[in-house]
Order: sequence, then structure tokens, then C-alpha cells
Amino acid sequence: MIEISHLIKQYGDIHAVNDISFTVEDGEVLGFLGPNGAGKSTTMNILTGFIPYTSGEIRVNGHEIMEEPEAVKKMIGYLPEIPPLYMDMTVKEYLFFAAELKKIPKAQRAGQVDMAMNLLKITDHSHRLIRNLSKGYKQRVGFAQALLGNPEVLVLDEPTVGLDPNQILEIRKIIKKLGQKHTIILSTHIMQEVSAVCDRVVIINKGHIVAIDTPENLSAQLSGTGALSVTVIGPEKEVLACVRGLSGVRSVKVSTDKGDNGKVYEIVTDSNVDVRKTISLALGKAGYPVIEMKSADKSLEEIFHELTTEGGKK
Amino acid sequence: MKAVFKREFRAYFQSPLAYVAIGAFFFVAALLYTIGNLLIGDGDFVNILSNLTFALIAIVPILTMRIMSDDRKNGTEVLLVTSPTTTAEVVIGKYLAALCVFLIMVALSTIFPMITMFYGTPSISAIISCYVGFILLGASYIAIGVFASSLTENQIVSALITLVFFVFMFVIDALVAVISGWFGTVLSWLSLLSRFSPFSLSVLSLTSIFYYLSFIAVFLFITIVSSDRRRWKSN
Repeated sequence: MIEISHLIKQYGDIHAVNDISFTVEDGEVLGFLGPNGAGKSTTMNILTGFIPYTSGEIRVNGHEIMEEPEAVKKMIGYLPEIPPLYMDMTVKEYLFFAAELKKIPKAQRAGQVDMAMNLLKITDHSHRLIRNLSKGYKQRVGFAQALLGNPEVLVLDEPTVGLDPNQILEIRKIIKKLGQKHTIILSTHIMQEVSAVCDRVVIINKGHIVAIDTPENLSAQLSGTGALSVTVIGPEKEVLACVRGLSGVRSVKVSTDKGDNGKVYEIVTDSNVDVRKTISLALGKAGYPVIEMKSADKSLEEIFHELTTEGGKK
Repeated sequence: MKAVFKREFRAYFQSPLAYVAIGAFFFVAALLYTIGNLLIGDGDFVNILSNLTFALIAIVPILTMRIMSDDRKNGTEVLLVTSPTTTAEVVIGKYLAALCVFLIMVALSTIFPMITMFYGTPSISAIISCYVGFILLGASYIAIGVFASSLTENQIVSALITLVFFVFMFVIDALVAVISGWFGTVLSWLSLLSRFSPFSLSVLSLTSIFYYLSFIAVFLFITIVSSDRRRWKSN
């Protein structure tokens, strides 16, 4: 289990990370979401012991990172944003070197390296110089390095950035598979990635946590009210009055005027009632035809956008 | 430590660095030997070796310039720091790798006194004594180079800092002679070259040996502390 409490990282006057607290349960895949510069990499660098925090506490299975750095580092496999590769080594040499750095007993090194290479499908490239590998393969080698020593916790900083769509899917599949046995924290700014692999999401912006929940709850919670976007032809005043009178409708406002093609009304409703039929019938009866009606539920993208723009200004 | 040592040692020979350094050193040694011993029919290799200390000023920076700075530039520092291996192990491993390349250089240079031995009977003890001093001096220079390399992520800057240190080492004795008082005393503590003279006079001075070893230990220690401190401050 990873417990992060009141983590603060200051660079001069700038708070890169400002009072972040959350826990990650064993076997959980936690998505760390935020725009560029939100403090994702900083948090990960602190968690893995690369840089120290200004104040706060991070415990991995009860061990505090600054107090027992070596114990914690042994439990964590880290893939930084830029994979830490030695260009002058072959894949195999590099992985053996990393295994030795991680103090894996000599007898287990070959097995561990083979396992990691198989999982990341780089066995065929084991004798190539890392310098000559493509970006995707370099990423895989960096990933394989993080797996050595079978650490309980994997910290992956934007593991799919810069890969082609097929590679992204493949890496996600691997992360999902690893998630069955490891606790994983992965950062990203890609929404699909979160819904695809994460059990829970932490959204941070400007060093603050703006939301923690499962991807599903986050969608539901933030769009806790239903929303409809309805295009109606008819005088604005009457249409508004007509819709307002209906039960289950919380508010109505005009969003765009399409001229002869009517006006678009944004209708917020109670989440548990489907008012589409009522609205349609009521407007039809009043003689104002409904041209278009669509659900305006927020996607994860919109939630993210909302939280990290307006939310950040608070 | 072993992992870092092995990697760095191999890296030396995978780049032209080690070959350039060893080649340059061997060339200068051969030149000095030919001019100073062969051509004038003199068998005094100690004199040659003493003069070779000047070659170290140019060669050690080449050897150490990238040793710490490269990891910072390439982002591989993350791997070293976030693994359970300590900074001390990393620094010492790297230092030993550079030292080993230096020892290879020194070993190759022993061919010259051996040639002399075919034709005469040079004082072997004097040569060995001088070699001990030479190796200790070189090892101290490398410690300075490793430290300088930990200060920057730029190889050239690292080499220049090392060079400035060495030039300072040369003027230090002259400075000590003119500066009196405590400052002069402090400066004299830093004088690497003055500790070399006993060895060239075939005296295996324990004080000097101890001095060099402490000098190396202190510089490696500063390197370890400053590498850790730097991550605490910036990034």
C-alpha cells in the first residue's frame, strides 16, 4: 500500500506539488491525470526517491521514502518520462546492468531479464544497441527495466507517450496484465488510457488534487444532473415558459440561435428522471416543433477540462 | 558498485575515449623516452616519469569529463538514483573505472624501463618508487576530475573545470612560497605536486602515501555529498 500524505514540493516560491494526499491499495491501478506541468512527474520523482519532498510523508508498505530510501526503492520499479537508457549498450547488457543495480541475486538475473524481455516482446532485439532502436522499442526496454526484480509497485510516467496507436494498445494490454499482480501508478494526459486501464483516477492541477474517484463515478458524479440540448423552433419566451413548467426540469437557457432553424436550449434535469418524452410532447402540443434533441452528458474529457481549467482557478 | 564499475569500464572502450587517452599518453611517454633516454644514452627513467606528470594534466580531464555529467545529461541518473544502489557506490564504481583505465596506461608505459633494462642496470627500486608516486598522483587527479564532472552536465565544462584545478595545482607551490600566514599553510595542504618529489627521489614516503589516499577519499566524499545535495536543491 502506498500512502501519500500532505506532500509538498517547493522550488523557491513555486509549489510544484501543494499538499497532495491519497492512498493506493495493493493491486490497484491508479491513473494520475493532469495537464502538462500539473505536478505529475514531480510527484512520481518524489515517490521513487529521485528527488526529495519539501514536507509531507510517503509510505510504501509502511516504509517512509526519506527514512528508508533503499527499502522503498527495492519495492518500486520506475519508468520515467524519458526512459533512462544507455545508448552504448545492447538491450541485454543494459537489462543485466539494471538487474545488478537493483541488487537482484546473480542466480536470478538471467531469469528476470528473460521474463521482462518476453513480456515486452523485445527478446528478438536483445543483441541490438539501444541507440539503434526505434522510440517504441526504447520505451519497451525502459519498461522492461522497471519490471526487473519483480517490484510490488510500478510507477509509470506517461508510458505510452510518443508511441504509435498499435504500440499504445499493446502497452496498455501489458499494463492491464501487470495490474493483476502489481500496484501500479501511471500518469497520463490521455483520457482513453484512464478508462482503459485504471481502477481509480487522481486528477491534479497546478499541484492540487481536484478529484479522486473511479473513472465511472467521476463521470456520473460530475454530471450528477442530466443534461439535454434541444433545438426548438418557436418564440423564445414561450418555449422557455413551457419547458420550465415541466416536472423534472431544473433550469433552461438558450445557448445558440440558429435563426430559421430554431434555437438551441440547454436543459438541466434531475439525473434520475428521463424527461425527453415529456419535453417533446409538451412542446409539440404547444405547436413548437423539436428539431433535434440530444443528451449532453459530459465525457471524461469534458470533466477533465472543467476540473483543470475552472477548478484550477478556485 | 560492481555493476557501475563494469558498465563504466566497458563504456570507456566502447567510445574512442579510452583509446585516445591511452594512445596520447603512450605517445608522449615514447617521445620523452626517446628524446630523454634513448637519444642521449641516459638510463634515468625516473626523470621521464616525473616529466610525464605534465601529460596527466591533459589526459585526466579527457578520462573523467563525461563520467558523472553524462548520466545527468542523458537522464540515466534517474536509474542510478532510484535503484537501491547508493550514491557512494555509484561514485566509487565510476572512480574505480577511470582509475583502471589509468592503470592500464601506466602498465603500458613500463615497457620503456624494461627496454632500458636490456642495455643497462637502472635502479629498479627508484623506478618502482617513482611509479608508486605517479599512480597516487594520477589517482588524486582523477578524484578531482570525477568531482568536477559531478558539477555540470556539460562534458566540456567539466573538462575545463578539471583543467583549472590542475593549473591551480601548479601555481600552488609558487603561491605557498610568497603567501605567509594561515592562508599559505592551508594552500600547502592542497599541494599535490610537492608530495610527489619524495617518490622521485626514491623515497617511499608514508606521509605522502597517506596524504594522497586522504586527498582521494575527501574528493570522492565531496562528490557523493554534492551529487545528493544538488538533487535536493534543483530538478
